[in-house]
Amino acid sequence: MSAVDHSLDSFGDATASATRVTPGNALRPEDIAIQQEKPNDAVARYAVRLGDDALILAQRLSHWISRGPELEEDIALGNIALDQLGHARSFLSYAALAWDKTEDDLAYFREEEEFRSLHMVEQPNGDFAATIVRQLVISIYQHLLYTALLESSDETIAAISAKAVKEVDYHRDHAIMWTLRLGLGTEESARRMRDALDNLWPYVGEIFEDEALHAELGDAGVAPSTLRAAWDEEFGAVLADAELSVPTVPYAMARGRRGEHSEHLGFILAEMQVLARKHPGATW
Amino acid sequence: MTAHEGSWPLWEVFVRSSRGLSHVHAGSLHAPDAEMALRNARDLYTRRNEGISLWIVKSTDIIASDPDAKGAFFESPQGKDYRHATYYTKSEGVKHL
Repeated sequence: MSAVDHSLDSFGDATASATRVTPGNALRPEDIAIQQEKPNDAVARYAVRLGDDALILAQRLSHWISRGPELEEDIALGNIALDQLGHARSFLSYAALAWDKTEDDLAYFREEEEFRSLHMVEQPNGDFAATIVRQLVISIYQHLLYTALLESSDETIAAISAKAVKEVDYHRDHAIMWTLRLGLGTEESARRMRDALDNLWPYVGEIFEDEALHAELGDAGVAPSTLRAAWDEEFGAVLADAELSVPTVPYAMARGRRGEHSEHLGFILAEMQVLARKHPGATW
Repeated sequence: MTAHEGSWPLWEVFVRSSRGLSHVHAGSLHAPDAEMALRNARDLYTRRNEGISLWIVKSTDIIASDPDAKGAFFESPQGKDYRHATYYTKSEGVKHL
Protein backbone atom coordinates (compact mmCIF):
# COMPACT_ATOMS: atom_id res chain seq x y z
CA MET A 1 0.00 0.00 0.00
CA SER A 2 1.29 3.50 -0.82
CA ALA A 3 2.47 5.94 1.83
CA VAL A 4 -0.87 7.67 2.15
CA ASP A 5 -1.21 9.43 5.47
CA HIS A 6 -4.26 8.09 7.22
CA SER A 7 -3.01 8.54 10.73
CA LEU A 8 -5.95 10.61 11.88
CA ASP A 9 -8.90 10.98 9.60
CA SER A 10 -9.44 7.69 7.84
CA PHE A 11 -10.92 5.70 10.71
CA GLY A 12 -13.99 5.78 12.90
CA ASP A 13 -12.91 8.50 15.28
CA ALA A 14 -10.33 11.25 15.39
CA THR A 15 -7.87 9.45 17.63
CA ALA A 16 -7.85 6.17 15.73
CA SER A 17 -5.11 4.95 13.45
CA ALA A 18 -4.24 1.69 11.75
CA THR A 19 -1.42 1.11 14.19
CA ARG A 20 -3.35 1.90 17.34
CA VAL A 21 -3.13 -1.29 19.36
CA THR A 22 -3.13 -0.17 22.98
CA PRO A 23 -4.92 -2.67 25.26
CA GLY A 24 -8.65 -2.15 25.47
CA ASN A 25 -8.48 0.44 22.75
CA ALA A 26 -7.34 -1.64 19.82
CA LEU A 27 -8.29 -1.39 16.17
CA ARG A 28 -11.89 -2.55 15.88
CA PRO A 29 -13.70 -4.17 12.94
CA GLU A 30 -16.06 -1.18 13.03
CA ASP A 31 -13.08 1.15 12.41
CA ILE A 32 -11.91 -0.99 9.52
CA ALA A 33 -15.36 -1.14 7.92
CA ILE A 34 -15.44 2.63 7.41
CA GLN A 35 -11.81 3.32 6.62
CA GLN A 36 -11.07 4.98 3.29
CA GLU A 37 -8.05 2.88 2.43
CA LYS A 38 -9.18 -0.21 0.52
CA PRO A 39 -7.09 -3.33 0.05
CA ASN A 40 -6.08 -4.26 -3.49
CA ASP A 41 -7.64 -7.42 -4.86
CA ALA A 42 -4.75 -9.72 -3.86
CA VAL A 43 -4.66 -8.40 -0.29
CA ALA A 44 -8.43 -8.75 -0.06
CA ARG A 45 -8.30 -12.38 -1.18
CA TYR A 46 -5.51 -12.96 1.34
CA ALA A 47 -7.56 -11.39 4.12
CA VAL A 48 -10.43 -13.74 3.21
CA ARG A 49 -8.15 -16.73 3.80
CA LEU A 50 -7.05 -15.46 7.21
CA GLY A 51 -10.59 -14.45 8.11
CA ASP A 52 -12.14 -17.74 6.99
CA ASP A 53 -9.70 -19.81 9.05
CA ALA A 54 -10.51 -17.75 12.14
CA LEU A 55 -14.26 -17.75 11.48
CA ILE A 56 -14.61 -21.51 11.01
CA LEU A 57 -12.36 -22.23 13.99
CA ALA A 58 -14.44 -19.83 16.10
CA GLN A 59 -17.61 -21.62 15.03
CA ARG A 60 -16.12 -25.00 15.88
CA LEU A 61 -14.77 -23.89 19.28
CA SER A 62 -18.00 -22.18 20.27
CA HIS A 63 -19.66 -25.62 20.25
CA TRP A 64 -17.75 -26.34 23.46
CA ILE A 65 -19.75 -23.67 25.27
CA SER A 66 -21.94 -25.47 27.80
CA ARG A 67 -20.19 -28.74 26.87
CA GLY A 68 -16.71 -28.16 28.33
CA PRO A 69 -15.23 -30.81 30.61
CA GLU A 70 -15.33 -28.27 33.47
CA LEU A 71 -17.00 -24.87 33.75
CA GLU A 72 -13.60 -23.15 33.79
CA GLU A 73 -12.47 -24.90 30.62
CA ASP A 74 -15.78 -24.17 28.97
CA ILE A 75 -15.09 -20.47 29.54
CA ALA A 76 -11.46 -20.74 28.38
CA LEU A 77 -12.50 -22.29 25.05
CA GLY A 78 -15.35 -19.80 24.74
CA ASN A 79 -12.88 -16.94 25.16
CA ILE A 80 -10.59 -18.39 22.54
CA ALA A 81 -13.56 -18.76 20.18
CA LEU A 82 -14.45 -15.10 20.74
CA ASP A 83 -10.88 -13.97 20.06
CA GLN A 84 -10.93 -15.90 16.78
CA LEU A 85 -14.28 -14.42 15.87
CA GLY A 86 -12.81 -10.96 16.47
CA HIS A 87 -9.89 -11.68 14.13
CA ALA A 88 -12.31 -13.03 11.53
CA ARG A 89 -14.44 -9.88 11.73
CA SER A 90 -11.42 -7.64 11.23
CA PHE A 91 -10.01 -9.55 8.27
CA LEU A 92 -13.39 -9.99 6.58
CA SER A 93 -14.34 -6.36 7.18
CA TYR A 94 -11.13 -5.32 5.48
CA ALA A 95 -11.54 -7.73 2.57
CA ALA A 96 -15.15 -6.63 2.11
CA LEU A 97 -14.05 -3.03 1.46
CA ALA A 98 -12.40 -4.12 -1.77
CA TRP A 99 -15.70 -5.33 -3.21
CA ASP A 100 -18.08 -2.81 -1.61
CA LYS A 101 -19.50 -5.50 0.64
CA THR A 102 -19.72 -5.96 4.40
CA GLU A 103 -18.28 -8.53 6.81
CA ASP A 104 -21.78 -10.05 7.06
CA ASP A 105 -22.03 -10.46 3.28
CA LEU A 106 -18.83 -12.49 3.38
CA ALA A 107 -19.63 -14.50 6.51
CA TYR A 108 -23.29 -15.28 5.86
CA PHE A 109 -23.95 -15.02 2.16
CA ARG A 110 -21.11 -16.93 0.59
CA GLU A 111 -21.52 -20.53 -0.52
CA GLU A 112 -19.37 -23.39 0.69
CA GLU A 113 -17.12 -23.35 -2.38
CA GLU A 114 -16.45 -19.64 -1.88
CA PHE A 115 -14.89 -20.23 1.54
CA ARG A 116 -11.09 -20.39 1.59
CA SER A 117 -10.55 -21.95 5.01
CA LEU A 118 -8.16 -24.79 5.76
CA HIS A 119 -9.46 -28.31 6.23
CA MET A 120 -7.78 -28.33 9.65
CA VAL A 121 -10.15 -25.74 11.15
CA GLU A 122 -13.27 -27.55 9.97
CA GLN A 123 -12.26 -30.87 11.57
CA PRO A 124 -14.78 -31.97 14.22
CA ASN A 125 -14.11 -31.18 17.88
CA GLY A 126 -13.90 -34.89 18.70
CA ASP A 127 -12.98 -35.52 22.31
CA PHE A 128 -11.09 -32.91 24.34
CA ALA A 129 -7.74 -34.30 23.12
CA ALA A 130 -8.75 -33.77 19.48
CA THR A 131 -9.70 -30.16 20.18
CA ILE A 132 -6.40 -29.57 21.99
CA VAL A 133 -4.31 -31.06 19.18
CA ARG A 134 -6.17 -28.93 16.61
CA GLN A 135 -5.55 -25.88 18.83
CA LEU A 136 -1.87 -26.73 19.20
CA VAL A 137 -1.43 -27.05 15.42
CA ILE A 138 -3.33 -23.87 14.59
CA SER A 139 -2.19 -21.63 17.44
CA ILE A 140 1.52 -22.27 16.82
CA TYR A 141 0.92 -21.59 13.11
CA GLN A 142 -1.14 -18.46 13.73
CA HIS A 143 1.39 -17.13 16.22
CA LEU A 144 4.22 -17.48 13.69
CA LEU A 145 2.02 -16.05 10.93
CA TYR A 146 0.80 -12.96 12.80
CA THR A 147 4.30 -12.30 14.14
CA ALA A 148 5.59 -12.29 10.56
CA LEU A 149 2.66 -10.13 9.42
CA LEU A 150 3.65 -7.40 11.89
CA GLU A 151 6.06 -6.48 9.08
CA SER A 152 3.38 -6.52 6.38
CA SER A 153 3.60 -3.60 3.98
CA ASP A 154 -0.19 -3.37 4.26
CA GLU A 155 -0.80 -1.26 7.37
CA THR A 156 -4.23 -2.69 8.14
CA ILE A 157 -3.04 -6.30 7.87
CA ALA A 158 -0.15 -5.39 10.18
CA ALA A 159 -2.47 -3.65 12.67
CA ILE A 160 -4.96 -6.55 12.80
CA SER A 161 -2.04 -8.94 13.27
CA ALA A 162 -0.61 -6.82 16.09
CA LYS A 163 -3.86 -7.18 17.99
CA ALA A 164 -4.29 -10.86 17.10
CA VAL A 165 -0.77 -11.98 17.95
CA LYS A 166 -1.16 -11.21 21.66
CA GLU A 167 -4.39 -13.19 21.83
CA VAL A 168 -3.02 -16.12 19.85
CA ASP A 169 0.01 -16.16 22.13
CA TYR A 170 -2.41 -17.05 24.93
CA HIS A 171 -4.21 -19.65 22.78
CA ARG A 172 -0.86 -21.29 22.14
CA ASP A 173 -0.01 -21.26 25.84
CA HIS A 174 -3.38 -22.84 26.63
CA ALA A 175 -2.87 -25.59 24.04
CA ILE A 176 0.68 -26.31 25.23
CA MET A 177 -0.40 -26.53 28.89
CA TRP A 178 -3.09 -29.06 28.01
CA THR A 179 -0.85 -31.03 25.65
CA LEU A 180 1.63 -31.50 28.51
CA ARG A 181 -1.06 -32.50 30.97
CA LEU A 182 -2.79 -34.94 28.64
CA GLY A 183 0.42 -36.37 27.19
CA LEU A 184 1.94 -36.88 30.64
CA GLY A 185 -1.40 -37.60 32.32
CA THR A 186 -2.94 -41.05 32.38
CA GLU A 187 -2.52 -43.91 29.94
CA GLU A 188 -5.96 -43.07 28.59
CA SER A 189 -5.25 -39.36 28.08
CA ALA A 190 -1.97 -40.12 26.28
CA ARG A 191 -3.71 -42.68 24.07
CA ARG A 192 -6.35 -40.12 23.11
CA MET A 193 -3.67 -37.57 22.29
CA ARG A 194 -1.89 -40.09 20.04
CA ASP A 195 -5.17 -40.88 18.28
CA ALA A 196 -5.91 -37.18 17.80
CA LEU A 197 -2.44 -36.54 16.39
CA ASP A 198 -2.81 -39.40 13.90
CA ASN A 199 -6.30 -38.26 12.88
CA LEU A 200 -5.39 -34.60 12.38
CA TRP A 201 -1.90 -34.91 10.95
CA PRO A 202 -3.16 -35.45 7.36
CA TYR A 203 -4.45 -31.84 7.38
CA VAL A 204 -1.16 -30.24 8.46
CA GLY A 205 0.32 -30.30 4.96
CA GLU A 206 -2.25 -27.91 3.49
CA ILE A 207 -1.45 -25.20 6.05
CA PHE A 208 2.01 -24.62 4.62
CA GLU A 209 1.23 -24.88 0.89
CA ASP A 210 2.08 -21.77 -1.10
CA GLU A 211 -0.28 -20.43 -3.75
CA ALA A 212 0.22 -18.12 -6.70
CA LEU A 213 -1.51 -15.49 -4.57
CA HIS A 214 1.41 -15.32 -2.13
CA ALA A 215 3.78 -14.24 -4.91
CA GLU A 216 1.25 -11.58 -6.01
CA LEU A 217 1.09 -10.20 -2.46
CA GLY A 218 4.76 -9.34 -2.20
CA ASP A 219 5.60 -7.82 1.18
CA ALA A 220 1.94 -7.51 2.16
CA GLY A 221 1.63 -11.23 2.98
CA VAL A 222 3.66 -14.21 4.09
CA ALA A 223 4.22 -17.38 2.06
CA PRO A 224 3.13 -20.19 4.42
CA SER A 225 6.03 -22.46 3.42
CA THR A 226 8.43 -19.98 5.05
CA LEU A 227 6.84 -20.71 8.45
CA ARG A 228 7.22 -24.47 8.23
CA ALA A 229 10.68 -24.94 9.74
CA ALA A 230 9.88 -22.83 12.81
CA TRP A 231 6.53 -24.58 13.20
CA ASP A 232 8.12 -28.06 13.00
CA GLU A 233 10.65 -27.09 15.62
CA GLU A 234 8.15 -25.65 18.07
CA PHE A 235 5.48 -28.31 17.55
CA GLY A 236 8.06 -31.11 17.82
CA ALA A 237 9.50 -29.64 21.03
CA VAL A 238 6.07 -29.47 22.70
CA LEU A 239 5.30 -33.06 21.71
CA ALA A 240 8.69 -34.22 22.99
CA ASP A 241 8.06 -32.51 26.33
CA ALA A 242 4.68 -34.24 26.48
CA GLU A 243 6.29 -37.60 25.60
CA LEU A 244 4.33 -37.78 22.36
CA SER A 245 5.76 -38.18 18.89
CA VAL A 246 5.15 -36.48 15.58
CA PRO A 247 2.91 -38.76 13.45
CA THR A 248 4.17 -40.39 10.30
CA VAL A 249 0.80 -40.78 8.55
CA PRO A 250 0.64 -39.26 5.04
CA TYR A 251 -1.06 -35.98 4.17
CA ALA A 252 -4.57 -35.87 2.78
CA MET A 253 -5.51 -34.12 -0.46
CA ALA A 254 -6.87 -31.02 1.26
CA ARG A 255 -7.80 -28.11 -1.00
CA GLY A 256 -9.75 -25.76 1.20
CA ARG A 257 -7.81 -22.81 -0.20
CA ARG A 258 -9.37 -23.58 -3.59
CA GLY A 259 -12.84 -23.94 -2.14
CA GLU A 260 -12.84 -27.74 -2.15
CA HIS A 261 -13.93 -28.68 1.35
CA SER A 262 -14.68 -31.79 3.37
CA GLU A 263 -18.26 -32.78 4.16
CA HIS A 264 -17.97 -30.93 7.48
CA LEU A 265 -17.99 -27.35 6.22
CA GLY A 266 -21.49 -27.54 4.74
CA PHE A 267 -22.96 -28.44 8.14
CA ILE A 268 -20.96 -25.73 9.89
CA LEU A 269 -22.18 -23.10 7.41
CA ALA A 270 -25.78 -24.33 7.51
CA GLU A 271 -25.88 -23.70 11.23
CA MET A 272 -23.88 -20.48 11.11
CA GLN A 273 -25.79 -18.92 8.22
CA VAL A 274 -29.36 -20.04 8.77
CA LEU A 275 -30.54 -17.03 10.77
CA ALA A 276 -28.95 -14.42 8.51
CA ARG A 277 -30.34 -16.10 5.41
CA LYS A 278 -33.82 -16.64 6.78
CA HIS A 279 -34.06 -13.07 8.09
CA PRO A 280 -31.74 -10.96 5.90
CA GLY A 281 -30.75 -7.73 7.63
CA ALA A 282 -31.96 -8.93 11.04
CA THR A 283 -30.41 -7.02 13.95
CA TRP A 284 -30.76 -7.08 17.72
CA MET B 1 -4.72 -34.09 40.72
CA THR B 2 -5.96 -34.13 44.27
CA ALA B 3 -9.39 -35.62 43.97
CA HIS B 4 -12.28 -34.81 46.17
CA GLU B 5 -14.99 -36.86 44.56
CA GLY B 6 -13.15 -36.75 41.24
CA SER B 7 -13.27 -33.01 40.67
CA TRP B 8 -10.50 -30.42 40.52
CA PRO B 9 -9.36 -28.64 43.71
CA LEU B 10 -10.64 -25.19 44.60
CA TRP B 11 -8.46 -22.07 44.32
CA GLU B 12 -9.00 -18.52 45.57
CA VAL B 13 -8.28 -15.66 43.19
CA PHE B 14 -6.90 -12.25 44.19
CA VAL B 15 -6.76 -9.47 41.60
CA ARG B 16 -4.82 -6.22 41.82
CA SER B 17 -6.63 -3.67 39.72
CA SER B 18 -3.74 -1.25 39.33
CA ARG B 19 -0.32 -0.36 40.56
CA GLY B 20 -0.25 0.86 44.13
CA LEU B 21 -3.42 -0.95 45.16
CA SER B 22 -3.48 -4.24 47.03
CA HIS B 23 -4.73 -7.57 45.74
CA VAL B 24 -8.42 -8.03 46.47
CA HIS B 25 -10.28 -11.32 46.65
CA ALA B 26 -12.27 -11.70 43.43
CA GLY B 27 -13.70 -15.20 43.78
CA SER B 28 -12.75 -18.83 43.41
CA LEU B 29 -12.43 -21.46 40.71
CA HIS B 30 -11.54 -25.09 40.07
CA ALA B 31 -8.34 -26.10 38.29
CA PRO B 32 -6.17 -29.23 38.14
CA ASP B 33 -2.99 -27.39 39.24
CA ALA B 34 -1.59 -23.95 40.08
CA GLU B 35 -0.51 -23.07 36.53
CA MET B 36 -3.91 -23.87 35.09
CA ALA B 37 -5.58 -22.05 37.97
CA LEU B 38 -3.69 -18.90 37.01
CA ARG B 39 -4.86 -19.20 33.43
CA ASN B 40 -8.45 -19.95 34.40
CA ALA B 41 -8.36 -16.94 36.71
CA ARG B 42 -7.21 -14.78 33.82
CA ASP B 43 -10.18 -15.98 31.76
CA LEU B 44 -12.71 -15.68 34.56
CA TYR B 45 -11.67 -12.51 36.37
CA THR B 46 -9.50 -10.26 34.17
CA ARG B 47 -10.87 -10.44 30.65
CA ARG B 48 -12.47 -7.00 30.85
CA ASN B 49 -9.40 -5.08 32.02
CA GLU B 50 -10.07 -5.73 35.72
CA GLY B 51 -6.49 -6.25 36.71
CA ILE B 52 -2.75 -6.14 36.16
CA SER B 53 -1.72 -8.87 38.60
CA LEU B 54 -3.17 -12.13 39.89
CA TRP B 55 -2.53 -14.18 43.00
CA ILE B 56 -3.78 -17.74 43.30
CA VAL B 57 -4.03 -19.51 46.64
CA LYS B 58 -5.24 -23.03 47.25
CA SER B 59 -8.44 -22.71 49.27
CA THR B 60 -7.23 -25.32 51.72
CA ASP B 61 -4.13 -23.20 52.42
CA ILE B 62 -6.23 -20.35 53.74
CA ILE B 63 -6.59 -20.43 57.51
CA ALA B 64 -9.77 -18.53 58.33
CA SER B 65 -11.13 -17.26 61.61
CA ASP B 66 -14.11 -19.10 63.02
CA PRO B 67 -17.30 -17.05 62.54
CA ASP B 68 -18.64 -18.49 65.82
CA ALA B 69 -15.62 -17.10 67.68
CA LYS B 70 -16.42 -13.56 66.52
CA GLY B 71 -16.86 -12.33 70.08
CA ALA B 72 -13.53 -13.43 71.41
CA PHE B 73 -11.70 -12.49 68.23
CA PHE B 74 -13.07 -9.11 67.36
CA GLU B 75 -15.06 -7.65 70.22
CA SER B 76 -12.43 -7.45 72.95
CA PRO B 77 -11.30 -3.91 72.00
CA GLN B 78 -14.79 -2.62 72.78
CA GLY B 79 -14.58 -0.24 75.72
CA LYS B 80 -10.80 0.05 75.42
CA ASP B 81 -10.74 3.57 74.08
CA TYR B 82 -7.12 3.99 75.02
CA ARG B 83 -6.26 1.70 72.11
CA HIS B 84 -7.35 4.44 69.74
CA ALA B 85 -4.96 7.27 69.17
CA THR B 86 -7.89 9.72 69.07
CA TYR B 87 -8.48 9.14 72.80
CA TYR B 88 -5.49 11.24 73.70
CA THR B 89 -5.45 15.01 73.66
CA LYS B 90 -2.82 16.58 71.53
CA SER B 91 0.11 18.14 73.36
CA GLU B 92 0.53 21.85 73.01
CA GLY B 93 2.76 22.91 70.14
CA VAL B 94 2.38 19.67 68.16
CA LYS B 95 1.13 20.82 64.77
CA HIS B 96 1.19 17.90 62.42
CA LEU B 97 0.00 14.90 64.44
